[in-house]
Amino acid sequence: MTRKTAEAVPSELIEALTLAELCRSCGVRADWIIELVEEGILEPTGREPSAWRFTATSIRRTRTAWRLQHDLGVNRAGIAVALNLMEEREQLYIRLQRGER
Amino acid sequence: MVALPDQLSQGRGDSVGLLRKEHMDYKDYYKVLGVERDATQDDIKRAYRKLARKYHPDVNKEADAESKFKDAGEAYEVLKDPEKRAAYDQLGANWQAGQDFRPPPGWDSGFEFSGGGYTEADQEAFSDFFESLFGQARSGRTRYQGSREFHAPGQDHHARIEIALKDAYDGATRQIGLHAPQVDPAGHVSVKDRTIKVTIPKGILPGQHIRLSGQGTPGIGKGRAGDLYLEVAFKPERGFSIDGRDVYMDLPITPWEAALGGKVKAPTPSGSVELSIPRNARSGQKLRLKGRGLPAKPAGDLYAVLQIVTPPADTPEAREIYEKMARELDFNPRSK
Repeated sequence: MTRKTAEAVPSELIEALTLAELCRSCGVRADWIIELVEEGILEPTGREPSAWRFTATSIRRTRTAWRLQHDLGVNRAGIAVALNLMEEREQLYIRLQRGER
Repeated sequence: MVALPDQLSQGRGDSVGLLRKEHMDYKDYYKVLGVERDATQDDIKRAYRKLARKYHPDVNKEADAESKFKDAGEAYEVLKDPEKRAAYDQLGANWQAGQDFRPPPGWDSGFEFSGGGYTEADQEAFSDFFESLFGQARSGRTRYQGSREFHAPGQDHHARIEIALKDAYDGATRQIGLHAPQVDPAGHVSVKDRTIKVTIPKGILPGQHIRLSGQGTPGIGKGRAGDLYLEVAFKPERGFSIDGRDVYMDLPITPWEAALGGKVKAPTPSGSVELSIPRNARSGQKLRLKGRGLPAKPAGDLYAVLQIVTPPADTPEAREIYEKMARELDFNPRSK
């Protein structure tokens, strides 16, 4: 396999995202994100949508939420339940790896 | 949104992604959904929804879940549509799944597919078999062809990158192979391989994202290129686990170190440290090293989890010591 020289590209660690950035990065509409916030699925800091700041983990939550709705037809309440259970499962998996009882 | 991890490969240029197979296999869509050939549309819908819920990659973490989910989606795409289903049925029931397949000439004569070959499902995910029957539909973007000037921003891409624990402590640069679709000025799409170098900042935490501006799909016309988002995950390492910014590390100790206590040298991801083992330590006990977890701001803690390891009694000397303990220590872990 031929190996080309790698081109160094500037990278940036995402600290916080605005509503517009979250929409853009996930390819979804702002009103759908607002619905997720209303449901408590995403919890940005800031009062107004224009002042909202989302953590980087919101990207994953938003994308998973979108897939659950798009692929399986899960509604918002269902998404909230599913995401919580998935997180709990992940926590249990971490504890399992650690050999905790 | 297209392009998930299979458009991106890490490390040594191991190429996955948009490679096409030379020949293709017949797919038995009825078998995929687990229904009879005379199943009703309702049966098919029910079977699909059940499989989709079972194998959705967010729900099911088994390695083959994603491909099963895609297979079910492809089968459903055909069987839910009476036109496509009728055309597919016309191929006959004598094909075996996996058999080398070439559509018979004129197989689809007399059928008219309304609309494009694909409806709502993710077209890129479908097999060559599907494509040979229902159309070359990677043309989604080629409709931008033509003399009229067209501008559109490129798509953002998402991928996961696995790093070693050590990379988060020290920072690192990584090479990543990208198999990214490129759009030329005329609107043609081709796949181009290239390698980029990415800096992993020190103190990165699991779940954080790195944005590479302009490394997604190029824009069309004067549209700007999309970005590439890398979600950071940690490679599982034996003896280590990560919880948020805290790191847990197994620390093997001898029975006498556990019983008598004392200082031991322990290798940690941020260098060797001296640890005080308390007297009568137990397996599973945790010693906290403040600030020696992931070096984020604020830094996490490192927990050394004690694991008592007994030496084997494989020499006369060792046996003698164990025998002496058996005689002289009044100890039975099974009696309360």
